[in-house]
Amino acid sequence: MNKKAEGPKKEKVVGTPALFVTEWWTQFLWDMYCPGCQTPLVGRLIAEAIEELGIGDRAIMVMGNGCHAYLAGGLDFDVTSGGHGRAPDIATAMKRVMPDGIVFTVQGDGDCVAIGADALIGALSRGEKITIIMVNNTNYGTTGGQMAPTTIVGQVTTTSPQGRNPDVEGYPTHAAELVATFRGVSYSARGSLHTTANYRRTKKYITTAFQRQAEGVGLSFVEVITACPPNWHMTPIESLAWIEEKAIPDFPLGEFKNVTHIE
Amino acid sequence: MGDRIFIEGNEAVGWGALSAGCDCYFAYPISPQNEIPEFFSREMPKRGKVFVQAQSETGTIGMLYGAAAIGVRAMTSTSSPGWGLMQEGMSNLSGARLPCVIVLVQRVGPAVQNLQHAQMDYKSVTRGGGGGDYRNMVLAPSSVQETHDIVQLAFYLADKYSNPVVVLMDALMGHIFEPLEVKTLDFGPLPSKDDWRLRLRGQRKDGKHIVSPAKGMAEGYIDYLRNLREKYKSMESEIRYEGYMIDDAELVLVAYGYCARVCEEAVNEARAQGLKAGLLRPITLWPFPYKDIRDKAAQGCKFLVVEDSLGQMVDDVRMGVEGKAEVSLVDITFRHIASEDGMIMPQRVVEEIKRLI
Repeated sequence: MNKKAEGPKKEKVVGTPALFVTEWWTQFLWDMYCPGCQTPLVGRLIAEAIEELGIGDRAIMVMGNGCHAYLAGGLDFDVTSGGHGRAPDIATAMKRVMPDGIVFTVQGDGDCVAIGADALIGALSRGEKITIIMVNNTNYGTTGGQMAPTTIVGQVTTTSPQGRNPDVEGYPTHAAELVATFRGVSYSARGSLHTTANYRRTKKYITTAFQRQAEGVGLSFVEVITACPPNWHMTPIESLAWIEEKAIPDFPLGEFKNVTHIE
Repeated sequence: MGDRIFIEGNEAVGWGALSAGCDCYFAYPISPQNEIPEFFSREMPKRGKVFVQAQSETGTIGMLYGAAAIGVRAMTSTSSPGWGLMQEGMSNLSGARLPCVIVLVQRVGPAVQNLQHAQMDYKSVTRGGGGGDYRNMVLAPSSVQETHDIVQLAFYLADKYSNPVVVLMDALMGHIFEPLEVKTLDFGPLPSKDDWRLRLRGQRKDGKHIVSPAKGMAEGYIDYLRNLREKYKSMESEIRYEGYMIDDAELVLVAYGYCARVCEEAVNEARAQGLKAGLLRPITLWPFPYKDIRDKAAQGCKFLVVEDSLGQMVDDVRMGVEGKAEVSLVDITFRHIASEDGMIMPQRVVEEIKRLI
């Protein structure tokens, strides 16, 4: 196998060499993620943001339970993962013991706003100075595409086979807007990766979120809409169109809170 | 000599943790252990240490996981309903082999009854109540001084075996007032945590560390289980119990926590009446002193287990005697009044002793 041909380019692409465990990306990425999955891009954006801010030596990360947790192997930070949804609790303890650390979690939508909703609200209430990156693919991807709190109205999943019916199953949870209502929050935004422009904007959101933590201002949060082609029963290209046409009308993109100090 | 103070068991937990150099305490209020979080909320900030009140017991046990993963001494405490909520976290802590201390001040159950004492969580504590196959090390004090000392021992054993250690109390042990000498106990050297604990990237001297309950994925699942089993086996060298008048006893009482105090008085009264009763008080509930109980059974002793539940530890005693001795039980139905407020009184135990000898 010619690893050299498959590996990341050795050019000075910011973020890539220093904070990526390159062997993992070249050897395991393809086993871990489905074709068209955008979760690895979130990992890349995190690495780039941290590198550009020059805070990599202070960083430590916590993974939730789900596909996003495979990023544990791909980023060159010490990492842990505990119970489903417990990442904000784990990160809380780490940040309190190491206040100079850059402590962040990567969580899925189910991990963050379903089973881990109490942990999220707890961290928000306490204004923990951590960063939470929530990867929102509108369903439980790892377990085979069941309905999540973020499943949009009418979306077919394996546990909403007729499409999510708001009379029975309610409406999608809007995490970034919810987070922005808490006073202890410095930053909350929602981005997507389905176009180059949005990819760049999302990188700016993630960078700002880490910057707020480096400045010691409140909790920062970025929700990223990502494609889940196999569970959506679409091709990767169709998935990107679905995000544009169906997901984003329900999940508006942008910054919902951005403050440099909390009164 | 440290200071002697007159203090209740719950606060002795706090002093014991401070003596052990506890760095973090995570709180969620629940009776009858609220004096513990209140103690830490007072004492930790002025020492520059961490106190966090979480959103629930699932939160406290998650925070405990985070603190243990970066290698600091951390602790939480709860009562029976909160213990139920912690079980997934306990399984994760055991699976990830993280050293930490959990104090459980038991109250009546099942479910939420009222706030009074009981000893109903023995099985879930000693067997592991979360998913999967694991063991907690369990220590049970029966005085205020011993509570303070055992909390320190718990931190030591947690670090020694890289395993969660539970200090099992009950509401009476939490609220009993006795004199306490606050002093730091030295149990000897401990292995370094540097080869596994998580660090900020700039603090690393070796490669990346991963702390995960799913370690079996990295080291081979069956090898991982074998390693756990060997560790649990090696913990048997820590078995501790206290014998009270058991050398010539014909009937050995077995009890822990407040029931052990009741039994001590019952033994005294029985001896005054010429009845050869003694008390074996397990200090480690897991690992359990099966061998010592088997030895007494081989000498022809009978056993009377006294515990404030429908009968849980009695099963361990039966396993210990291996059918070679009669095992009787004084359980929660022997309380002096038939309510949550009742307790097992020495007189009732003496009646049973008389019946059995």
